[in-house]
Amino acid sequence: MTLDTTTAKGAANRAAPVAASGDGAKRRPPPLLRSASAGRVSGLTLGVVVLWLSLIVLLPLAALTVTSFSDGWSGFWAAVTAPVALAALWTTILVSAVVAVLNVVVGTLIAWVLVRDEFWGKRFVDALIDLPFALPTIVASIVLLSLYGPNSPIGVELNATRWGLIVALAFVTLPFVVRSVQPVLIEVDRDVEQAAASLGASNWTIFRRVVLPTLAPAIISGGGLAFARAIGEYGSVVLIGGNIPRETQVASQYIQQQIEIDRPVNAAAVSVALLAISFATLLILRFFASRGQEREEKAT
Amino acid sequence: MKLSTPSRIALRTIALLYLTVLLAVPIVTILWRTFEPGLATFWASIRTPAAISAFNLSLLIVAITVPINVVFGVVTALALVRGRFPGRRLLSGIVDLPFAVSPIVVGVSLIMLWGVHGWFGGLANLGIQVIFGLPGMVIATIFVTLPFVVREVEPVLHEIGTEQEQAAATLGASRWQTFARITLPAIRWGLTYGIVLTVARALGEFGAVIMVSAGFPGVSQTLTLLVHSRYMDDHNVHGAYSAATLLMFLAIVTLLLMTVLDRKRPAAQSAALPATIAPAPTPDPAEDTPRSAA
Amino acid sequence: MTHSRRTVLTALSATVALAMTGCAGGGASDVTGATASAAAGGDTVLNLYAYAVPKVGFDAIIPAFNATAQGTGIEFQPSYGASGDQSRKVASGAEADIVNFSVTPDVTRLVDAGLVEANWADGEHQGIPFGSVVTIVTRQGNPKGIKDWDDLLKPGIEVVTPNPFSSGSAKWNLLAPYAAKSDGGKNPQAGLDYISTLVGDHVKVQPKSGREATETFLQGTGDVLLSYENEALFIESEGDPVSHVTPPTTFKIENPVAVLKGSNNLPAAEAFRDYLYTPAAQKLWAEAGFRPVDEAVAKEFAAKFPAPSKLWTIDDLGGWPAVDKDLFTKDTGTIAVIYDKATS
Repeated sequence: MTLDTTTAKGAANRAAPVAASGDGAKRRPPPLLRSASAGRVSGLTLGVVVLWLSLIVLLPLAALTVTSFSDGWSGFWAAVTAPVALAALWTTILVSAVVAVLNVVVGTLIAWVLVRDEFWGKRFVDALIDLPFALPTIVASIVLLSLYGPNSPIGVELNATRWGLIVALAFVTLPFVVRSVQPVLIEVDRDVEQAAASLGASNWTIFRRVVLPTLAPAIISGGGLAFARAIGEYGSVVLIGGNIPRETQVASQYIQQQIEIDRPVNAAAVSVALLAISFATLLILRFFASRGQEREEKAT
Repeated sequence: MKLSTPSRIALRTIALLYLTVLLAVPIVTILWRTFEPGLATFWASIRTPAAISAFNLSLLIVAITVPINVVFGVVTALALVRGRFPGRRLLSGIVDLPFAVSPIVVGVSLIMLWGVHGWFGGLANLGIQVIFGLPGMVIATIFVTLPFVVREVEPVLHEIGTEQEQAAATLGASRWQTFARITLPAIRWGLTYGIVLTVARALGEFGAVIMVSAGFPGVSQTLTLLVHSRYMDDHNVHGAYSAATLLMFLAIVTLLLMTVLDRKRPAAQSAALPATIAPAPTPDPAEDTPRSAA
Repeated sequence: MTHSRRTVLTALSATVALAMTGCAGGGASDVTGATASAAAGGDTVLNLYAYAVPKVGFDAIIPAFNATAQGTGIEFQPSYGASGDQSRKVASGAEADIVNFSVTPDVTRLVDAGLVEANWADGEHQGIPFGSVVTIVTRQGNPKGIKDWDDLLKPGIEVVTPNPFSSGSAKWNLLAPYAAKSDGGKNPQAGLDYISTLVGDHVKVQPKSGREATETFLQGTGDVLLSYENEALFIESEGDPVSHVTPPTTFKIENPVAVLKGSNNLPAAEAFRDYLYTPAAQKLWAEAGFRPVDEAVAKEFAAKFPAPSKLWTIDDLGGWPAVDKDLFTKDTGTIAVIYDKATS
């Protein structure tokens, strides 16, 4: 309803921008209107936004960073390079990398099946993919523990092993690759594939030379997001991971432990290290994304 | 690329097997373990005073978080889409920050800021208990859900442009009329989607909240904390399963709403992945001018 | 089109509203605990901060206290967790009326912070209403044949004990073999050597509390769990597949209770504290697996709590102030340094 009428009005008022700006000079509308109508944002609105973001996001992170250096650079370095801290960071990166690779392979495969295959119950399976996003992480942990934990009904006990971590992280990161590859795969122009096939290329060659290059940006971005998510994950590993230092303790668990044993500076320092790793991941992803865009623009 | 039937079926089997082992079987197991002792036992264990107040606390946090996020989220989205000011990209990056921060790190950061030894520790002397109190849990939840409304509303605002609002202004509409009659109806589905995501995350947040909660069952325990404390502190495995199942039902309702709403959103936005999950670089409003002018 | 959109939106808001009112309504009529009475405004609510394992005891004690004349209408909000962590929470402003920690230094922290009167331990039982002994929990039937402290150092034995920087249980667990090996502190080096080998070679996990240590052990980690005797009795009664053996030489655990002087409900908190020492309450503690301090009750339960051939106490080692300073102070205490070296 609204959409229809507004489009009609919009069409009738093509010259509106000019009129509005001329009008605005005469009777200075209040801030929000100017932000809404004149294509500008008032200082007040901007101030509110900046203040809000600072209070909620920036100040806590600033306090964290300052605390992490309260014993100076050497204190920070010592906290991050303490053997158990390093081991926790290493476990986190290693397990997250394995999970990202797993997602890249299986996620692409699932996306392929969901787009190119037809079978009974496909819509249900498609909906199921989003479940890990909707499920609270602690529920994910306990769900996996009920099957792969002690007294496992199938005799597979993965708790307190790195396999347990991998299963938990694979669970919560499942949607990333699937959901970023799926739409690209739907859009893919299948003529090229058919042309290649008629020229006698094998399926493997077609996949490698035609399909994969198209999907690559989506796969990389999905895998990268899965990695970034796995790096900071806490809730889903807290019950199944076992929290064994040097073995299955991940960085977030180490940080929590340092708070519990009253070593806030260590906690803050490792937090900053963890933040740096996820920022680096996201920056690299953004770099890839913008390079891909440039290439696309050049091509067109 | 045409696959032979056997290889197509092979791929399908691998995909379904993976999903079965990872998703379906664990969920069936927990449902079975929850309801095995009978529906009445399940019902009793989610109707204990501690469980009910955990439920109410979770809802209270949602009820505080959502309006705050809606107001500030819409204002932030307006500023990001309509504003042309230096540092806009930086601001946009800050909105995405909560996605990159581990929940535990959120908790630690809040302790460093609001805790008694933190920057704002003086508040405790005035009798305002932030950390280990409800304010801390709300602030933690706002932190982790901050991007959702902004990121879901932003593309819609971008899509609709400003013509209609300008037209309304020309016709003498007040700012609130313009906002209520033009802007709000246009962004409502994006906004609703953002709210659903916010609610889901707020109900499910664990890591950030556990760091700042005092852990009193019945007072400062949300549903997720109840699951953890029943499992860990009470040695009450079935109780933990029951509370988890309750949360799972809430998650499934959210999922259904997401699916329904996804169809309501403008086609351009309705990619399979919500904008919030795969944040795209915010387009520059300058690039947008030709489109709205066209 | 418009119609269907409206329907969805209406349905959505209706569902949300229904959920909200449904829950709130249920809550109001169902809550018998703190929330309802706090809302009614008449009754007293006591915030109890306790260490991780006495929940099973308080679950029996609180209703019994409520049934007494002084206890009528007093509601409790109990919070359980790692002793040191709980104590730090209270010290940094969490609102408590009464605290029950695993070890006395966690109360001393509150005395130093000006939250607890310095004379809190002046009563007949020095502020200790119940206790336990350090015990060794093994897998059911004790397949590795573990009976005494030396057995823990056998090759390949993995020991679960919590982190002494957050847990009180962990301090008791380390003090027990330390006292046994050092002959009550006469030969500290022998004790430290034992601790060093134990922590360095046999302890692989650092759960934050006695409770988490139990859960870690029950989930399959380790061959041996060091714990409170009461915790061992509790998990055995729950039917978990474990056995416990109390070594011939072990350590007396004393768990203090103190009232906060700034409590808004001081009389109620004090009444509850005093109630803990009554024979009725002492019996309940004993039934829950804790060793009572009342001699008559202790005699009655003598069969349940076998006396070890040698039971060291914290006083034998020079008392908590000295032990905490010499052994557990971060960065300088001898055991703290050993633990840190092995685990960081």
